[in-house]
Amino acid sequence: MIKSISIRAAITVLVCLAALFYLIPSLTDNLPDFWKKHLPAEKIPLGLDLQGGIHLVLEVDTNKAVEAILSRSAESLKEPLMDEKIRFRYIERTGGSLAAAYEFPDSQSKAAFEKILQDSYPDLEAGPSEIRDGRETVPIRIKEKRGGELKKHAVEQSLETIRNRIDQFGVTEPEIIPEGKDRIVIQLPGIEDTVRAKNLIGKTALLEFKIVDEEHSLEEAVRGNIPEGSQFAYEYRIDRESGRRANNPILLKAKTVMTGSALESAKVAISDRFGEPHVALKFNAQGASDFDRITGENVKKRMAIVLDGAVYSAPVIKERISGGNAQITGSFTMDEAKDLSIVLRAGALPASVTILEERTVGPSLGQDSIDKGTWAAAIGLFAVALFMIVYYKLSGVVANIALILNIILLLGFLAAFRATLTLPGIAGIVLIIGMSVDANVLIFERIREELRAGKTPRAAVETGYGKAFLTILDTNVNALIACLFLFGFGTGPVKGFAMTLSVGIVASLFTAVFVTRIIFDYFIWNRKISKVSV
Amino acid sequence: MELVKPGININFIGAMKWCVIFSVVLTILCVISFIWKGFTYGIDFAGGTLVQIKFKQETSADGIRKVMTGIGISDAIIQPFGVNEVAVRTAESTSDVKGLADRIEEAMNAAYGKGNLQVQRVEVVGPKVGKDLTKKAILAVVFSWIGMLIYIAFRFELRFAVGGIIGVIHDVIVVLGIFSLTGKEFTLTIVAALLTIIGYSIHDTIVVFDRVRENIPKNVKKDLPTVINESINQTLSRTILTSFTVVLVVAVLYAFGGAVINDFAFALLVGVIFGTYSSVFIASPVVLAWEKYWPSRPRRK
Repeated sequence: MIKSISIRAAITVLVCLAALFYLIPSLTDNLPDFWKKHLPAEKIPLGLDLQGGIHLVLEVDTNKAVEAILSRSAESLKEPLMDEKIRFRYIERTGGSLAAAYEFPDSQSKAAFEKILQDSYPDLEAGPSEIRDGRETVPIRIKEKRGGELKKHAVEQSLETIRNRIDQFGVTEPEIIPEGKDRIVIQLPGIEDTVRAKNLIGKTALLEFKIVDEEHSLEEAVRGNIPEGSQFAYEYRIDRESGRRANNPILLKAKTVMTGSALESAKVAISDRFGEPHVALKFNAQGASDFDRITGENVKKRMAIVLDGAVYSAPVIKERISGGNAQITGSFTMDEAKDLSIVLRAGALPASVTILEERTVGPSLGQDSIDKGTWAAAIGLFAVALFMIVYYKLSGVVANIALILNIILLLGFLAAFRATLTLPGIAGIVLIIGMSVDANVLIFERIREELRAGKTPRAAVETGYGKAFLTILDTNVNALIACLFLFGFGTGPVKGFAMTLSVGIVASLFTAVFVTRIIFDYFIWNRKISKVSV
Repeated sequence: MELVKPGININFIGAMKWCVIFSVVLTILCVISFIWKGFTYGIDFAGGTLVQIKFKQETSADGIRKVMTGIGISDAIIQPFGVNEVAVRTAESTSDVKGLADRIEEAMNAAYGKGNLQVQRVEVVGPKVGKDLTKKAILAVVFSWIGMLIYIAFRFELRFAVGGIIGVIHDVIVVLGIFSLTGKEFTLTIVAALLTIIGYSIHDTIVVFDRVRENIPKNVKKDLPTVINESINQTLSRTILTSFTVVLVVAVLYAFGGAVINDFAFALLVGVIFGTYSSVFIASPVVLAWEKYWPSRPRRK
């Protein structure tokens, strides 16, 4: 313990000034200009439950992502096989862990295939083969170790893509963090149109260009006889007059001729004729030359623009399109077109995401909570302070000084470390008001005991603090243990509670023990008082 | 001012027998209620959708229920939540982007007219999250017990640690029991309240035990029950005062904190009262029982 009162007082003043320094921006809106320029001007960050906004927990379907990679690489195996003149049949199976297999007429071809696999496809391996009618079927799968990496990568990529989309959408201080193996937590303060925000975040946005299959009968396909190499989809249309949605069936060739990954930009544009918004796409150099070739090969045919499995439009290719420009039309509103261009620019998610958890708080409820919480804190503080004065007289005043300093330190800490204040966090402050005076109660009761035992004020204060200190330390360490586990358990608001509670407990050690002692010592040593008002 | 006169000597040890019987019966009743009645889990744990709506004018629960049935939800629970405000809850949840909550909002707007209501809060929790959360909550509570057990055993003695933890377990069971019996919703914040109660109750117990530890070497001739009784009396004033200030702020929170933290404050209120009770009447008998079966060394001599 430092003996000098002035050094201890100086420490206290410094700590409190530092806390106030960080706290002042939160208390007033009219900071002087020099403060805004050179000093911390940030307010205590408020949780979503207080300022309103949306909290989402997403799960990335990592298995799907790995499956997609598997079927893509399995398909790309066809090319080297053809180059080597190996006879094969490609079997695409959906469902289960087995996504693809190759069938060979003899074991020689199989051996050649396995060599290609080993040499140029480090991610893939061949499973145990089956022999049926003299033909060997070899399933292909992703190596187990590599699978884990790919899953991790899928989550990282999703996170990055979502961050990109949100940044372009323009949300102030969004929080996007990974959680666990395959989850992403997103917090968007101040968002009011939640449907739009969720659309923006949750859309896979896989853009594909496919040629419409006009050789086969659509009626047959509707009945369920989908020809091999084709797929069935719906064209999504909104009737402009009735506003009704219509789904027209359409038959597409399964092969994707191009994807959105070849895009350089996507912008909202207004069409001349109807003044309707659409999304203008521009391909990068490679994409433009591919598009040029594909449109050249398919003149007079229809090309479908497919987004997440739904056909947006399927215009007829009138002539070869050079220059790498295309557009997605649909009956978009301005906002829809804007959001679509954002998701296309930010790119597709590597796998679909599902919303596991959603919490939205409207701004007025948040303000209401702040008002009620502040009110409860004020009443609690007043009641406890009054009680301390009635019960301990002047010593109660000393305890109240410590109590107020404690709250200043606690709030200053939150502001300085950008720790979020939530509604349970405010409840934690109210609780701290009641709990932190315990240290002073313990000390004062001890001092009373020592005084009753006939000790001088000086000796009583000294033993009182000395004996109570270890008790206070032990009790607070235990309270901190509970807070620690609470912090580990909790999500947003509960974490905020654990945070204010633990900071308050630590701060109370400083204010209720260290600071009050200075005041007592000052009166006893310097003023030589003969009686302690306790 | 003095509420508790110095030199007070209440025979706590004598009352302990009855308190232990009371607590054992209470604990058994609570456990029966867990099994029999279970808990009303909030959507944090059970999964589901909650939409809190503020209406411009008074709106009947039946009318709201009709709207819900209209969109195919027949199990909706409609809880009043302040003036002209309701929380509509259903066990269903969807993971679609345009989820159930949005459909509920749409249907309400269609039925009551847009502008006549405002959605204040939406919570959608998938069933998967609830399962994870239950596991995490149980782990957090149990690990906090183990953490405290180790700390107290290290700073004091094992018998005190065991006494303190049994007291805390008692408090948790009682609070859970009251939530089970009253059918109050068990949510995430109630877990936060439980851990706070654990922290508070052990805090209270340590103050008593600390005094016992201090008094044992001073009173070698007295037996342990007497020393414990004296220690409880000596710290009684502090125990009552601190409980009072904490109950005071929790009551303020309950009365003025708003509907969102009402149950949280209620749990704390019950927990603080039982926490104080257990640190006097439950933790100490455990230490005494321990002493009976495994006497500490200085006394065996």
